[in-house]
Amino acid sequence: MGIRTLVAMLVIALVVIGALATQESYRMFMPGLLQGAVLTVEIAVLGSLLAIIMGVLAALARMYGPTPLRWLATVYVEIFRGTSALVQLFWLFFVLPQFGVTINAFVVAVLALGLNVGAYGSECVRGAIQSVARGQWEACTALNMSRPQMLRRIILPQAFVAMIPPWGNLFIELLKSTALVSLITLSDLAFKAQQMNQNTFKTIPIFTLVLLMYLAMSLVVTIGMRLLERRASLGLARGKAA
Amino acid sequence: MIWDWGFALEILPVLARAAIISIEATLIGFALAASLGLVLAVVRIAVPWTSWTISVLVELIRSTPLLIQIFFLYFVFPKFGVVLDAFTAGVLAIGIHYAAYCSEVYRAGFDNIHRGQWEASIALNLSSWTTFRDIIIPQAIPPIVPALGNYLVALFKETPLLSAIAVMELMQTAKIIGSETFRYTEPITLVGLFFLAMSLVSAALIRSLEELLNRRTTR
Repeated sequence: MGIRTLVAMLVIALVVIGALATQESYRMFMPGLLQGAVLTVEIAVLGSLLAIIMGVLAALARMYGPTPLRWLATVYVEIFRGTSALVQLFWLFFVLPQFGVTINAFVVAVLALGLNVGAYGSECVRGAIQSVARGQWEACTALNMSRPQMLRRIILPQAFVAMIPPWGNLFIELLKSTALVSLITLSDLAFKAQQMNQNTFKTIPIFTLVLLMYLAMSLVVTIGMRLLERRASLGLARGKAA
Repeated sequence: MIWDWGFALEILPVLARAAIISIEATLIGFALAASLGLVLAVVRIAVPWTSWTISVLVELIRSTPLLIQIFFLYFVFPKFGVVLDAFTAGVLAIGIHYAAYCSEVYRAGFDNIHRGQWEASIALNLSSWTTFRDIIIPQAIPPIVPALGNYLVALFKETPLLSAIAVMELMQTAKIIGSETFRYTEPITLVGLFFLAMSLVSAALIRSLEELLNRRTTR
């Protein structure tokens, strides 16, 4: 979908939210839902940061680390990709305390989602690094660069562009997964929705607003990543000409 | 004692029974996703004016959380007089959610068919139904089987969400065992291990399927 269509969808979503908010039966839910949305955004942003850090570290450890580190990274990626995000969330929330480690729900949410998406992200990072043309690697060797120099100056800047679209998908996945944290007692957007639904039984206005809010947030991420991609690939001879 | 093997063995049969519900939900959900996805992808090409509507619909479904969609089907539909039990609502939501993803996979498959195949079908005066059934789909499906397989695994890993509307699948059963015995360590860890094992096995299966298909379709 073109970036213009996405922007149009975002504008429509926001206008519809605004229009609904002027109606009495919808307005009463807005403050609570917005409060929830703030928490959702906080978890999504912190989770994304953790995911980026974990993704890059795990990918580098798997590609260049010493054998034990490589094993550790592989086990991390397989465990977090192989089990459900919800199971991971519950495990950190219910099981870790039994081993004497009690973490508050917000930190659990950020940890679980960040580690989960980071595991998927490490594969994107690895793929992107490996997709950099062979000649680039050989040229670095020919210029007698050390490996950190090679990665920092030549490989990663090129791999970065290839990483943007898959990471965009992952950020949206993460944003949507934040709805799961409502099940470990955090009062995010999904939790507020359910709570209000149980109190008022005004199901239609609540869930319509919630769906629109999530839609708007995802569209912001999609549009942002598209713009970033456009900006990052300026001057690079790759893909279709703009 | 942090980990109790006796207790773990004791709850294993209960969890195994719940695992069947999870697998049932996965299979029905994926059957729905795969067929509805195909319908969406075909209609989008065969009836040009629906193309824009379907792409907006797919975008809407893909950018809102599955959990909210499950709640939506379970809580909002009864207001319109459609009362679904928890299992049906959950499986329907999962199926529709993944149908949106699958339709994009099918679209990629259709886009990869050589243009000459479409043109030849027009030249031979085949109806669009025959073109899809006999020419396009048989060529488009094999290359995308691995991608569909990945979504099958992803869908399977989403089934714990059904616990949010109290479907007695694996996660819900583990939670109930936990709340009855105050021991969460064993049930939740076992559920995690079960998913890990299933995912690793299905990843290996998909990889070998991929190799098989590559060998068959390499010309």
